[in-house]
Amino acid sequence: MSESNTLSVATHVGDDVQRVDDTAKLTGGAMYASDLVFAGMLHAQVKKSPHARAKIVAINTSKAENLPGVHAVLTGKELDYRIGLYVVDKDILAKGAVRHFGEAVAAVAAESLDIASRAVDLIDVEYEVLPPVLSQLDALDESSPLVHPDLGSYDYVKASFSPQPGTNIPNITKIRKGDIDAGFAEAKWIIEREYTNPSVQHVPLETHVAIVEWKAADEVTIWSSAQSPFTLRDLFCRAFKLPYNKVRVIIPHVGGAFGGKAGIHLEPLLACLSRKAGGRPVKFQATREEEFSLLPCRSALTYRIKTGVGADGRITAQKLLMYWDAGAYADYAVNVTRASAYSAAGPYDIPNAWVDAYTIYTNKPWGTAYRGFGHVEFFWGLERHMELVAQVIGMDPLEFRKKNLLKPGSTTLTGERINEHTGNPLKCLEAAAKAINYGRLTPEEEERQARTGRRIGKGIATLHKAPAMPSFTTTAAVIKMNSDGSVVVNIALTEIGQGTATVVTQMAADRLRFPVSRVKVAVERDTDKDPFDWQTVASKGLLLTGNAVIAACDDLLRQAYSDAAQVLRAQTADLDHDAERIFVKQRPEESVTFAALSIGYVYPNGNGIGGPLIGLGRYTAQGLTSLDKETGQGLPALDWTYGAHGVIAEVDPDTGEYKVIKIASAFDVGKVINPGTMRGQCIGGMIQGLGTAECESYIYDDQGRLLNPSLTDNKILTAKDLPEEIECIAVETPQLDGPFGARGVGEHPMISVAPALANAIHDATGAELTHMPVRFEDVWRAIHNKQPIDTWVTKAPADS
Amino acid sequence: MWMSVEVNGHIYEREVTEHWTLLRFLREDLELTGTKDGCSAGECGACTVMLNGQAVNACMVLAAEVDGATVETIEAEAANGELSEIQAAFARNYGVQCGYCTAGMVMSVRELLRHNPKPTVAEIKEGIEGNLCRCTGYQQIIEAVLDVSGQVTNETKGGLKYV
Ligand code: FES
Ligand code: FES
Repeated sequence: MSESNTLSVATHVGDDVQRVDDTAKLTGGAMYASDLVFAGMLHAQVKKSPHARAKIVAINTSKAENLPGVHAVLTGKELDYRIGLYVVDKDILAKGAVRHFGEAVAAVAAESLDIASRAVDLIDVEYEVLPPVLSQLDALDESSPLVHPDLGSYDYVKASFSPQPGTNIPNITKIRKGDIDAGFAEAKWIIEREYTNPSVQHVPLETHVAIVEWKAADEVTIWSSAQSPFTLRDLFCRAFKLPYNKVRVIIPHVGGAFGGKAGIHLEPLLACLSRKAGGRPVKFQATREEEFSLLPCRSALTYRIKTGVGADGRITAQKLLMYWDAGAYADYAVNVTRASAYSAAGPYDIPNAWVDAYTIYTNKPWGTAYRGFGHVEFFWGLERHMELVAQVIGMDPLEFRKKNLLKPGSTTLTGERINEHTGNPLKCLEAAAKAINYGRLTPEEEERQARTGRRIGKGIATLHKAPAMPSFTTTAAVIKMNSDGSVVVNIALTEIGQGTATVVTQMAADRLRFPVSRVKVAVERDTDKDPFDWQTVASKGLLLTGNAVIAACDDLLRQAYSDAAQVLRAQTADLDHDAERIFVKQRPEESVTFAALSIGYVYPNGNGIGGPLIGLGRYTAQGLTSLDKETGQGLPALDWTYGAHGVIAEVDPDTGEYKVIKIASAFDVGKVINPGTMRGQCIGGMIQGLGTAECESYIYDDQGRLLNPSLTDNKILTAKDLPEEIECIAVETPQLDGPFGARGVGEHPMISVAPALANAIHDATGAELTHMPVRFEDVWRAIHNKQPIDTWVTKAPADS
Repeated sequence: MWMSVEVNGHIYEREVTEHWTLLRFLREDLELTGTKDGCSAGECGACTVMLNGQAVNACMVLAAEVDGATVETIEAEAANGELSEIQAAFARNYGVQCGYCTAGMVMSVRELLRHNPKPTVAEIKEGIEGNLCRCTGYQQIIEAVLDVSGQVTNETKGGLKYV
């Protein structure tokens, strides 16, 4: 096949191709797990703990068991399985003790939802309530009760994590680069501050839902809203010690996920209920309230940053201490800790760095993956800190950032050398700054300020993120030709709204030189039928799956060329193709159509040759390594996507009320595959980021009971809350190993929105915000309470 | 209770469970699953349908209340397999991502345009304020409404910028 493209072929990569899944979704025809119903299906309900920490003294289920229509009742006692992604620390139902408010202690499967609810009400649980551990900093105290006294006996992934038995710490990640003491000794200024953010909820519009059927001979089928069918199967089979070919996971359309549907959730419980109910399928969909505490959230973080700066404004040293609140179970929080640790300094060149990142158990709903995987949280502190440091040393915050940005030749915290293909953080920062006319007010803004009496401020913030994934992450794609020459692509990367199916269609169409109408990406994911993918997370799908799809297209073309060579009595080197046919380059009239080759070529006399054209492509992240446990050195990053935000905010200095006038964000995506879907994904992330910046937060009482598990009390942004102007900007520095030069941008738009907003508010009012979300009252308080400078600037030149 | 209701042009006669909402009735009894449940509490708008020509949250209406009424759901929005103008504008403008809010959004936009064929951006925002979307950030949905109401100008036309 000819790589040099002499034919005029329509291309789709880089163009606005309409989403391939929109008609199904617009007409109500798209089936989600919540829409599925099966013959004999039972409905599950869960009895949840009203306490954050308690001993379970007794559970009486007899009344529930005797209720007509109930087919199975379960408590933790009879379930001897433990689950966990990296640290295996979670029982399917609480056994002996509850560790967070909302934890599942018993469950019922019944013929209807109404009966199941009634049965759950009939279960009596006797608790001995204990004082909960609510703050992760208190949990570090030697006198603190242990959330998991048996931590030392749990299985865990030894290559990456370091649980500390006898403490509340399921993991510490350390990074050591250069000489931290020499770096601080060299510094003219040392600035040290602490930044915090609370737990938040993903709020996918579709709550978690699954249906599980465990039939005789251990034939298990799971329909789920999960993001990652193969990881779900892996964790499930490990917990139940089942062969992988006994368990089938099917994922239909998914109504939003954002990391909250990665891993495994309700499936093991439903499986046990189904088994107990004689193999009938059992369905459960979380209520919105359950979504907040029966299911996981995003971890809270306390981030202490100590920065040394030289006379020239270059950072000489940085000590970064992260205290992650895992909640009751380690789940993804240990890996959020690890991924955040190696990214912890942002896209800056830090010669001497020290990171200690702790994951800490508390008696709260547990933290899991959430879009950004730790980066939204720590960039809050980091990019606020950069702003405050710039202020202390008397340098413009944009100049200070520019001076310290990574550039070709810089090394990251783990020792990776950045080059000109890695991406361009400077271009992103400059584009975002320009889009908001950073550093000055336009005449219109001056006029607006005069008219309203509100102050207008401008803020910027940078971001970066690499996929947090195993060094050997792998995926595959299969492409099958139909007898009319159209193709179906099978991948296990799920479509959760991010547009995977559309961009894969475009990439396959271009690689095959087919119109997009001839390419279909199968909708449903099915572990029995689709090729392996690790997970749909980490913004790694476009790069890894894209490369696998390209390889699959090439494999299919290779087969087609080989069969065509035989048909046309030519060598494959003599052949070329267009959308319809393979032909002899020097005599294009000698040709054979793809349709004629698709399921085997048939000669006029009836002889058949060849066979169905099925291309297989695989791709594994290249050259990545585990990190050294003591120093954190190694190569963890598949690719780095850089970005920056600019925010214009208008603040009432008397009340702290504010409004976002504009947000402009730039991302170096390598190559835009689809401008429309990229812009949509970015704006979606920017607004989600703005929601967590402005108002979203878990609120607990002093007993660890969640006070706001609803969309009324835990508001997310509505259309009315949007900034007046939203601008999304693409930078294209091609990624050498990216498909068509592309890299992922799924999570990045959400990262650093909060500090960009707070920096704008700071610019307008001088408010030294260190906690997010930034509510009006927080702005008011920050305007009025400034921390005396000598409590956080611990070294300064004598003359400053 | 025994009742009769017209849904998407068909008359259904059914015994309804007294405490069931219109949402459960549509999804579970009539198996019209295009209308989604995002909260069951009137907070998200995913369940928006037209009841006697007016948009309502189907989770906030008891099924028994719709006896004798006319209901239209997303399943009736496309006619003869062709997307309606609103649906086509959503598609052209990337107003759909995961799709879970989409049915309700389309219904709210229909309600808005019925009263106000050329809404301003502020009016559009108000019109879809009750419909939460966690994926799109609403912007391309707003652009879809400007598009379908014939108001796309160079000013209002959104697009990705390149530097
Ligand atoms: S499901 Fe009716 S408003 Fe949310
Ligand atoms: S498209 Fe996912 S919630 Fe709107």
